[in-house]
Amino acid sequence: MHELSVCQALLAQVEQVARENAAHSVEKVVLRIGPLSGVEPRLLQDAFPIARAGTVAASAELVIEELPLTVRCQNCGAETAAAPNRLICGACGDWHTQLISGDELLLASIELTKS
Amino acid sequence: MCDTCGCNITPGNKHLIEAGGKLSHSADGKAAVEVLHGLLGENDQQAAHNREHLEKHGVLAINLMSSPGAGKTALLEATIAAMKDELRIAVIEGDLETENDAERIRAQGVPAIQITTGSACHLDAHMVHDALHHLDLAKIDLLFIENVGNLVCPASFDLGQHRNVVLLSTTEGDDKPAKYPVMFRAADLLLLTKSDLLAVLDDFDPARAEQHLRQLANAAPVLQLSARKGAGMDAWFGWLRAETAARRAAARKLRPAERFNGVFRV
Ligand SMILES: Nc1nc2c(ncn2[C@@H]2O[C@H](COP(=O)(O)OP(=O)(O)OP(=O)(O)O)[C@@H](O)[C@H]2O)c(=O)[nH]1
Ligand SMILES: [Zn+2]
Ligand SMILES: [Zn+2]
Ligand SMILES: [Zn+2]
Ligand SMILES: [Zn+2]
Repeated sequence: MHELSVCQALLAQVEQVARENAAHSVEKVVLRIGPLSGVEPRLLQDAFPIARAGTVAASAELVIEELPLTVRCQNCGAETAAAPNRLICGACGDWHTQLISGDELLLASIELTKS
Repeated sequence: MCDTCGCNITPGNKHLIEAGGKLSHSADGKAAVEVLHGLLGENDQQAAHNREHLEKHGVLAINLMSSPGAGKTALLEATIAAMKDELRIAVIEGDLETENDAERIRAQGVPAIQITTGSACHLDAHMVHDALHHLDLAKIDLLFIENVGNLVCPASFDLGQHRNVVLLSTTEGDDKPAKYPVMFRAADLLLLTKSDLLAVLDDFDPARAEQHLRQLANAAPVLQLSARKGAGMDAWFGWLRAETAARRAAARKLRPAERFNGVFRV
């Protein structure tokens, strides 16, 4: 439930990229988020308009790509899909697994307009 | 409710705060810049800096997390009473309001710094940094950071700690790890607290709590204890002793070899 502070961290990075690229404005921000990131995509969408106000991204669109949850089994080696509260191997049922994807919180790309 | 969080913005009220304009797109001059960055980068940098401060002095920092009232402060009081002659302990207390918890700790005779977060439901690395500068790290072996009581946010913010200890009290239900996987996945040790109440609560099964934790692919040890009755506390103290010893050994390795500037006489 810290989505506004996440948005503020996001916009600090967006502003930096915009500066480095001498951008006039930012049109689109693309995030990649896994279900175990601790961030709710819907709350992030709600917080974004507030955080973007007064920044170079004041009219930017936020696009969130949700990443799949995948684990690798240390017992049988299988890579399978998992649920956030059941990170067990889909092949043999063992819980000795490693998260391969699903806890990401990444700024993937930015679309900007150059003046 | 929460200034730094998005939880006070709902689909019902967001039209009130949204800045007027529609999204405008211009086809010209657009450039897509691939960035791929961890978003909490700034917090993580600060956390790494905090860890450096701590490690330079061989301090073990433990982040205590739980829902409100699971018994974090009570556990600290009992731990300090039992161990303060053996380990030099200090505490950073995070709460929305009041100095109550810090005063309870100071009453045990060890330093406690209160961070009043106001409206934020978690501590972040910057708040902890400010608190660290009020402590004499050279005089501390073990630093507890009591996070704000909340099973959601605190798990997302690295503070610079070495270990996460998550408390689950017997009155909360044994299925909490399944409901709050982000928090419980981060646990290096799970403490089932208020075990003295197990006798009257027939629906909390410690084995089931552990099973839910294992389903998160978490191999962390699970200990049952009662800060009030003292049961199970020795295993917890043992874990603390082993962890502080390991941290001190790591700090000795970090320290550069001492240089001898004098002249050896044989
Ligand atoms: N029966 C029993 N009660 C306990 C035990 N430990 C704590 N309590 C009680 O639980 C309540 C909350 O304890 P605290 O230690 O203040 O909990 P906390 O996690 O620090 O609470 P917050 O800081 O507000 O999140 C108090 O009334 C304690 O007396 C225990 O081992 N057994
Ligand atoms: Zn929060
Ligand atoms: Zn398997
Ligand atoms: Zn407390
Ligand atoms: Zn510093």
